[in-house]
Amino acid sequence: MNYPEDYRYTKQHEWVHVAGSTATVGITDHAQQELGDIVYVDLPKPGTKVEKGKSFGSVESVKAVSDIYAPISGEVLEMNEGLATAPEKLNEDPHKSAWLIKLKLDGNADFSHLLSAADYQMYIGTES
Amino acid sequence: MTQNARQHLTRNEELIFERSSPGKNGYQLPELDVPEIDPARALGEERVRGGIEGFPEVSEVEVIRHFTRLSTWNYAIDLGLYPLGSCTMKYNPRINEAVARYDGLAWAHPYQPQELSQGAMEVIARLEDALCEISGLDAITLQPAAGAHGELTGILLVRAFHQARGNPRKHILVPDSAHGTNPATAGIAGYEVRNLKSNDQGMIDLEELAHAVNEDTAALMVTNPNTLGVFEENIAKAADILHAKGAMVYMDGANMNALVGIARPGDFGVDVMHINLHKTFSTPHGGGGPGGGPVAVRSHLAPYLPIPRLRRAGDKLEWSSDFPESIGRVRAFYGNFGVLVRALAYILAHGGPDLRNATVDAVLNANYIRHRLRPYFDLPYDRPNMHEVVFSDARQAAKGVRTGEIAKRLIDYGYHPYTVSFPLIVHGALMIEPTETESKLELDGFIDAMIAIAHEVENEPQTVLKAPHRTRVSRVDEVTAARRPVVRWTPEANIAPQTTAADLVGAANVQRPE
Repeated sequence: MNYPEDYRYTKQHEWVHVAGSTATVGITDHAQQELGDIVYVDLPKPGTKVEKGKSFGSVESVKAVSDIYAPISGEVLEMNEGLATAPEKLNEDPHKSAWLIKLKLDGNADFSHLLSAADYQMYIGTES
Repeated sequence: MTQNARQHLTRNEELIFERSSPGKNGYQLPELDVPEIDPARALGEERVRGGIEGFPEVSEVEVIRHFTRLSTWNYAIDLGLYPLGSCTMKYNPRINEAVARYDGLAWAHPYQPQELSQGAMEVIARLEDALCEISGLDAITLQPAAGAHGELTGILLVRAFHQARGNPRKHILVPDSAHGTNPATAGIAGYEVRNLKSNDQGMIDLEELAHAVNEDTAALMVTNPNTLGVFEENIAKAADILHAKGAMVYMDGANMNALVGIARPGDFGVDVMHINLHKTFSTPHGGGGPGGGPVAVRSHLAPYLPIPRLRRAGDKLEWSSDFPESIGRVRAFYGNFGVLVRALAYILAHGGPDLRNATVDAVLNANYIRHRLRPYFDLPYDRPNMHEVVFSDARQAAKGVRTGEIAKRLIDYGYHPYTVSFPLIVHGALMIEPTETESKLELDGFIDAMIAIAHEVENEPQTVLKAPHRTRVSRVDEVTAARRPVVRWTPEANIAPQTTAADLVGAANVQRPE
């Protein structure tokens, strides 16, 4: 699967895409492959403040429950409601339609700790 | 060569609901000898229901046969090796059961006056003493009902200790190899969980630890031997690092079967630990329990132990609740007393030297398995292990066969699977714990089955990928079961297939366990 160039990635396998002051956050294709069939997604409600590096929700597969960590701080604008009834979308289209949350960023968001698509793919290459 | 579970003529058992026929029953009630009360008037119309849709109506013999047949489908420690890593599925000696059935113990009532309960209290006192001696700790509570309950009790003691010094502190350190209950416990006790990355040997990294510990650290929760079955050689140094900052060391006693009679946690710096009676001390395990999760502490944590506590007054025993700093009760009465009796029976039947021998045999058995299986399975942390051994499926994964498939194939060979995909720091883990109760003959049978499966993976992987073949039900659709669970049978048997786990959570308004 394609890792979009204009996304940034974390070593905990989240991606973030920033457009203006809004960031969309999801988990990577590598993450969904490792988790296997996803059966439940737990996400924060709009208005919740999430903090960079802290867990904001979890993804449950047949194998395990995994925390999802915020790549960046901000306030939740929207959660992907469709995942509640169709968690399998996370296995099918993790980089696009199965995004998890949209965040309103604080003014001066810091991206320096995040990986480029190329660096992330190199990272998962060495990890496995 | 493969063994086959013996099957009843009725190959598949219907649900009891499906055997129902209206008007049948298996009971007789005596005639009412008190005035009849109308429940609707007594409780209110809205609290009374006329019946339960689809409730099974069956005769006594149908009930007995249904559940007896189902029970024969089960796998149990009394049928064979149960190598479930981290669970210590050892044989439960019958002497435990004989002692637990003594009239004076079996019929003792918790409200019986203390002067008539001295024998039962003596059992508790002796078990307390024995477990303190084995753990090298100073005081103990036998109240917690199982391991996770013991963990929570232990961390609440840590919290009470820090609180009494003015500050409960903020976080608990948990290695990435830990049992999942450790972070859950810390969270429930109101602490932030901080993960501690293991070093390349799978052990606590002292540098990492020193970096992570500060004045906000309440405790480190550590399992020793760790979940790789390896003894944390630096545990005493780790304890020093914690203690220097006023933090405690909590030991998860799940793997105590590797230490009894050999090493005492109190001697290597542990402040508080739980002990799983249903693992190390051979009380019944599984089938829903009950278990036993005593918590032993160093003297500085003793004031906070749950009440009531047992104490000797002359030649009598008495319960005392005069411990103003206690965290209070964590369970009704005195813990699962029947379990405590069995654990003491096990300890006394062995005696000190043979408890030590049991530990030595448990370690020997696990190392024997490691030695014989290492030519066939990848060993990510290749070093002498304690009571269990963790392989990975790296070699088999190259053929598309993962640990879960190997486990399912093992069922065809007549063995309960090992622990699959844990600990998480080993990708595709096969975690095997034979315990000391298995003979070489039994171990060889298991090892031969594992080797046969390794050959199958090389030569005919499809056989493994589609296993099990010899069970009544092969692979169930666990994904749909989790995504769209149908949790109630109805005569139509087709209720709400669109119901999702999310709907159920919403409907029940409960928090999902994590």
